[in-house]
Amino acid sequence: MELTSLIVRGLVIFTVFAVTLLIATYSTLAERKIAGFLQDRLGPDRAGPFGILQPLADAVKLFFKEEFIPSHANKWLFIVGPSLAMLTALMSSAVIPFGNEFSIDGQLIPVQGITVNIGLLYIFGVVSLGVYGLMIGGWASNNKFSLLGAIRAASQNISYELAMGMSIIAVLMLAGSLDLRQIVIDQQDNVWNVVRQPLGCVIFITCAFAECNRTPFDLPECEQELVGGYHTEYGSMKLGLYLFSEYINMFVSSAVIATLYFGGYDVPYLSTLGLDKNIETIIGIVALFGKIFFFIFFFMWVRWTLPRFRYDQLMNLGWKSLIPLAILNLILTGGGILAWEHFTK
Amino acid sequence: MQLSNRTKKIEPKPLNFWERMYLPVIFQGLNITIKHLFKKKATIRYPEVKRELSPVFRGLHILKRDAQGRERCTACGLCALACPAEAISMLSAERTKEEKHLYREEKYAAVYEVNMLRCIFCGLCEEACPKAAIYLQKDKFAPAFFGREEVIYGKDRLVESVTNRAKVGLDQ
Ligand code: SF4
Ligand code: SF4
Repeated sequence: MELTSLIVRGLVIFTVFAVTLLIATYSTLAERKIAGFLQDRLGPDRAGPFGILQPLADAVKLFFKEEFIPSHANKWLFIVGPSLAMLTALMSSAVIPFGNEFSIDGQLIPVQGITVNIGLLYIFGVVSLGVYGLMIGGWASNNKFSLLGAIRAASQNISYELAMGMSIIAVLMLAGSLDLRQIVIDQQDNVWNVVRQPLGCVIFITCAFAECNRTPFDLPECEQELVGGYHTEYGSMKLGLYLFSEYINMFVSSAVIATLYFGGYDVPYLSTLGLDKNIETIIGIVALFGKIFFFIFFFMWVRWTLPRFRYDQLMNLGWKSLIPLAILNLILTGGGILAWEHFTK
Repeated sequence: MQLSNRTKKIEPKPLNFWERMYLPVIFQGLNITIKHLFKKKATIRYPEVKRELSPVFRGLHILKRDAQGRERCTACGLCALACPAEAISMLSAERTKEEKHLYREEKYAAVYEVNMLRCIFCGLCEEACPKAAIYLQKDKFAPAFFGREEVIYGKDRLVESVTNRAKVGLDQ
């Protein structure tokens, strides 16, 4: 019994891991395709039908590049940087509930890597660790551009994490739990958080862009100013890991946005149809992935729409707009909850 | 110093609250880009689909033959002289009696080479030629090369084939 549940657990974790990697892989293709389409081009379409094999070709190319470490770089840290970026990116998808529970043989199997009651805290912690990868990589390169990129990444992440954290606290106050599953269930019982927390949602999405270093907040790697930012000195698969971790982060961010604000695996009114529980779970998983794909698309859509912020604008937006707004949101939510309890009980 | 009196001093006015939130303009921008997602794409998928080129397009060189199938070039060297990239070189030879059906003039080019990496496809050789011998075709490109040996086009690849006559210049 213990063993089978362990195996099942391992299977779920493996699936989540594999799916994360697969989606991140194909995000690279999607990014290039969408970039092409938004610019009236076709994007890569030579490797396989519709360019399906393009990510594979990219990976092969990166693997065959020379494994080069500049002589003035700190060798050990130079390798640790991208590894850490990749590691933290992969770790964060573990606690996201990708679906409700399957019941097989009377056993309930939640579709979630690890079920912990502090999921949100975990994600928050791991995501803030992610900046270490960039920091270490940029610093170990021993190159001014890299260092500047790394410093930018660090200060940007710190600035936006504050606002992000405070917008999340409002969600916590509503759900009364740090457990992501609880938050989804709370949204199932009431309404999606995007309705109850429109301001918080906007703040969170903005901060998610900044945390993923995506345009318009891609200052750590802006080519026009910093050559390549923190990965200026990187090449071959080490560069690949950095770029890849960005896509994984994007996937995880999309999943978190969908879970926190758009009902996660919830499909409104699905439970009234009286379907089999397992089928409901499958529909839920599909729905969640639909939402995730939409947000990944949104990330790319924004990237090919907006120009990059200037650095002072970035800081102004973070400290002078988003944080006060997040605090305001917090107060409004608290007041709202009190008023709600006062008038309904 | 002012060159004209049209210079206008612009004072950027501070953004109001909505503008500082950037959101309305962001959605405007998103609206514009999403429209492009469904627009007709400008891409021409090259090897399968070819762009219609203008009749004066300057592509790969060809050494023409005359109506009887004799080579027109007389190795006068005017094309090489005209060439700004010094891409053309040739060796002349005298025509013998038996070669009368091969070459139109008494002197002909025994070797005629165009270095396609040097050539800038300006078409000056075509203009310089008094014998209407060299043309830049409008429907053939100089290809991409994989080795240095392929770069220099000799007569074997330049001279028009007798059976498959190319249409160039005025006869198209
Ligand atoms: S096209 Fe111009 S550059 Fe090329 S061979 Fe003729 S004259 Fe020279
Ligand atoms: S191609 Fe024309 S210009 Fe050049 S050598 Fe021959 S005849 Fe003279």
